[in-house]
Amino acid sequence: MTRLLKVDDLTTRLCDGASIVDGISFEIAAGETFALLGESGCGKSMTALSLLKLLPDGVENSAGEIRLGEIALDRLSEREMRDIRGGRMAMIFQEPGLSLNPVMTVGEQIAEVLALHKDMVGDAALVRSIELLSQVGIPDAARRAHEYPFRMSGGMKQRVMIAMALAGEPKLLIADEPTTALDVTIQAQVLQLLRETQQKSGMAMLLITHDLGVVAENAHRVGVMYAGQIVEQATREQLFAKPLHPYTQKLFAALPDAQRSGQALAAIPGSVPPLGSVTQGCRFAPRCNRAWGLCHEQTPELTTVDGRGVRCHLYVGNEDRGDGIERGQQDSEGSVQPCAIRESRSAILEVDDLKVYFPIRKGLLQREVGQVKAVDGVSLSIPQGSTLALVGESGCGKTTLGKALLRLNQPTSGSVRFEGELLQGDAHRNRMQMVFQDPYASLNPKMRVAEILEEGMAALLIGNDSTERQSYIDELLDKVGLARDSKWRYPHEFSGGQRQRIAIARALAVSPKLLICDEPTSALDVSVQAQILNLLKSLQQELGLSYLFITHNLAVVEYLAQEVCVMYLGRIVERGTTREVMRAPKHPYTQALLSAVPRIDGAGKEYVRLEGELPSPANPPIGCHFAPRCPQAMSVCAKRFPDMTYVGEVTHGVCCHLFPSEPN
Amino acid sequence: MSFIPVVLWSDALVFLLVGVIVMAALYIRKREHLMLPWKRVARSNVALVSMLVLSVFLVIGLLDTLHYRAALPQSSNGEKVYSPEVLSAFDTLVGPLRTRTEKTYSAPFALHLYAKESMTDAQGNVVREYPRLQYGGVHLAHESQRNMDVLKRVANGGVVGFLFGCLLAWLLGRRVPRLPVQIALVVFATLAGAGIDLANAYHVLGTDKVGQDVLYLSLKSIRTGLIIGTLTTLVTLPLALFLGVAAGYFRGWVDDVIQYIYTVLSSIPSVLLIAAAVLMMQVTIDTHPEWFDTSAARADMRLVALCLILGLTSWTGLCRLLRGETLKLREMEYIQAAQAFGVSSMRILSRHIMPNVMHIILIALVMDFSALVLAEAVLSYVGVGVDPSMISFGTMINGARLEMGREPMVWWSLASAFVFMLILVLAANLLADAVRDAFDPRLNRTEGKA
Repeated sequence: MTRLLKVDDLTTRLCDGASIVDGISFEIAAGETFALLGESGCGKSMTALSLLKLLPDGVENSAGEIRLGEIALDRLSEREMRDIRGGRMAMIFQEPGLSLNPVMTVGEQIAEVLALHKDMVGDAALVRSIELLSQVGIPDAARRAHEYPFRMSGGMKQRVMIAMALAGEPKLLIADEPTTALDVTIQAQVLQLLRETQQKSGMAMLLITHDLGVVAENAHRVGVMYAGQIVEQATREQLFAKPLHPYTQKLFAALPDAQRSGQALAAIPGSVPPLGSVTQGCRFAPRCNRAWGLCHEQTPELTTVDGRGVRCHLYVGNEDRGDGIERGQQDSEGSVQPCAIRESRSAILEVDDLKVYFPIRKGLLQREVGQVKAVDGVSLSIPQGSTLALVGESGCGKTTLGKALLRLNQPTSGSVRFEGELLQGDAHRNRMQMVFQDPYASLNPKMRVAEILEEGMAALLIGNDSTERQSYIDELLDKVGLARDSKWRYPHEFSGGQRQRIAIARALAVSPKLLICDEPTSALDVSVQAQILNLLKSLQQELGLSYLFITHNLAVVEYLAQEVCVMYLGRIVERGTTREVMRAPKHPYTQALLSAVPRIDGAGKEYVRLEGELPSPANPPIGCHFAPRCPQAMSVCAKRFPDMTYVGEVTHGVCCHLFPSEPN
Repeated sequence: MSFIPVVLWSDALVFLLVGVIVMAALYIRKREHLMLPWKRVARSNVALVSMLVLSVFLVIGLLDTLHYRAALPQSSNGEKVYSPEVLSAFDTLVGPLRTRTEKTYSAPFALHLYAKESMTDAQGNVVREYPRLQYGGVHLAHESQRNMDVLKRVANGGVVGFLFGCLLAWLLGRRVPRLPVQIALVVFATLAGAGIDLANAYHVLGTDKVGQDVLYLSLKSIRTGLIIGTLTTLVTLPLALFLGVAAGYFRGWVDDVIQYIYTVLSSIPSVLLIAAAVLMMQVTIDTHPEWFDTSAARADMRLVALCLILGLTSWTGLCRLLRGETLKLREMEYIQAAQAFGVSSMRILSRHIMPNVMHIILIALVMDFSALVLAEAVLSYVGVGVDPSMISFGTMINGARLEMGREPMVWWSLASAFVFMLILVLAANLLADAVRDAFDPRLNRTEGKA
């Protein structure tokens, strides 16, 4: 294979001298996918922007050489760069909703690229853009080309973005977290599309991601980035067979899954160092459990071991000392007792036929013309001291359900019983609390930690006076693993993981018995996610908390939950213990969902491809909601919503006509 | 005591405002995250130079706010009698500038009046000549010495000012070495030095119709402009803040009512509304002369009323802005977290929403300031602005407009009002830009993370 892109010692700095990307070198051959893997703030996106010379103000490319084929990109003027962008290199951005111009039709936007790079105008451009749209799998492309982006869903927009990127027939496609904003089933579609396109056109791809699963499925070679440097470079097979760098090993160890459900995850302590803060020594040394004196003094060079690069002192002089770190780590931390489901515990929360409808109002008099059935008759119960996971794609109503339990949304009908007592009004605020998704949005930036924690106590009249509350706040901070003196600081001084600890402490401040966790780790990096999951697990054992864990991350479900409910378009379609649902899914939707998750051991699994996207809850399909996308749909599915039938164990229920209820 | 301090309504409000600003500054100083954007403002040279210019204007305005009435030499029944004329500390400071009034117009640096008069010469003949000024350049033995004298004074005053400026710049440089600011300081001091020396002997910017020094008028106008610019916001702020935040947070019928009010208000032409209100207010003041013991008090009341009226008609823009921001904030998870604890709405508004819209208020206020200074000029020109006896940029322009058509033209009143206003508003706008940039989270992303 010919070498297409060669990046040598690329360095990108802020104006004040802190380097964001520090001496990165890599090569990509034609037809190859090179993945840059790393946590947020590692400089992955900046690397991509440096290649395209699209750096934001205040950031400059200070050193290094970039060669695309025979062209030295770093010497090109802005004018010449314009031919390269889109023509030889194209980029797909993370957020498809923001990367399309809302006032231009999709066809026009593709035609713009064609006019610039292929000198194609008028009908020729239109024909070609329709061709491109159908190439990326957009049905009815001729009609869709004349539509505006707002009429398309996230997955479709990302396909349009890919079509736009392909329009210039680039040699290199840079995909910056192309599927992070999408649901798993859509992610699987887009990733497959990228693979197929690459096979057809033979272009090279630079895939930027934080998701090991995405790397495992798509990449040929991988560069692991940490704090602006590539710490390990290897082929996918090498990396997944045996990661060398301690950071990579820990990333693998931090992934939650079913095998580890009884143990604490091997979280990496601390978080990624801020830009420019480490000037001397290995950047990972402060978080590395194998660091020794030399690591803090001398920056390791990229050394080659068995044809792969690793930037670690452990491997200098071909002395393979890195073996068995991961295993040793695992064994020493595997002491947390496994939580088996204890039978016959009373339910702490029982929800019966809960419905949350939002009215659609139209016209001058705001007449109600319809309803969005966000939650449509959900029943569930959470046993005392255990975790129920609520799984589903975005828009299926899981967050609305969580908020309705706390009366942040008014339920339309249905009943909620807490410890057998029917809940009405706001009187139960101190028994259930919520941990929100985004730790950056859930803490008021203008309040200090102590004020944040005290607010709930003051509102619910817990604790008699300020001193009593303050001492309780100290206890809370100890519980969630923060220093006591951090209570006088403001949220912006904390990292994402620390903020989520504060948010958990805030919820615990009123001593609730049930925590509703709304995707508490989805905004966090893998290594930090592990810390938070460990914390939640230990708090559960210590305080006997119950969790309603709302998530779309199935790996977390396997690790944390004892029971699972799968939600689709406002209704629960399958429920059961984690083992039953994850190991032997019955509902076609659950099966598709599970198969869409990219696995790091993903070779050779059966993939259930799911067509289309989640329909609108304002206008759900008649009959089974999933029928239009279901590969096994029958005629009865379009007529009637199936009742819950129990298969095998009494705990495993599924709403599907494939499993008819036995007349008894 | 040889004088009695007078606190006019506008003075009291200015003192209140200064107090609030000092308190806010002390509050911010103690809090690192609130200080951060201001440190960014201080990092911009443009902002510092504008602040330097603005602070000179502010000092003049504040000095002009310290009012008093001087004691008269005669007394009635052993009680001191005070002059009905209200003066300010600034008037005393520039003393001669105020008292040296000529008969009528004279050009900048002129030695003669701008109008011919009948005079008797040495031979007893009546001739029509341009008479010598009473004060402008009287120290000269011969008229031909004027140019030399002006140059000498520029050099003298300039050198003194330059040295003084250098001293200040050196003192500043020891703490914060910032060359552009230091240069601006030196240039400013040099100009001021030369100006002061010249103003002692000449009418630097000429005199107006009744012979008042135009430089004095321009400097006095500063206070009027500043008061209009700042006091109006005192009226605007509570209205816009409370209504905007309430509309955004409560939604529903509260939002509808507030939206209707401001939509209606902003669809009436604001000049019409202001003119109607000002004329009504004028009639009220004119029919109650007993309310005011001095003419200054009456003129001042009219100024305060104008601020009030401007404030009541101009809160809608900020209100709309705040409503939009609150609509965004109320969906933030920390608001929902507070709701989940059952925190009361008023507390959510005051603890969670208001602190988070403060940056918008600050930016809007600094931006509005210059618009209001200009609005005053326009309104006074139309005749619905401040009292005609009150010196302001608007009255200066209004007075000068008739003379523009005259041949030879009287241009200096208009020109100096124009230049002073330009400098004031330009400095305010540049500072507003810098403040906006410093508070804009999108422009300061990289720094925030580091």
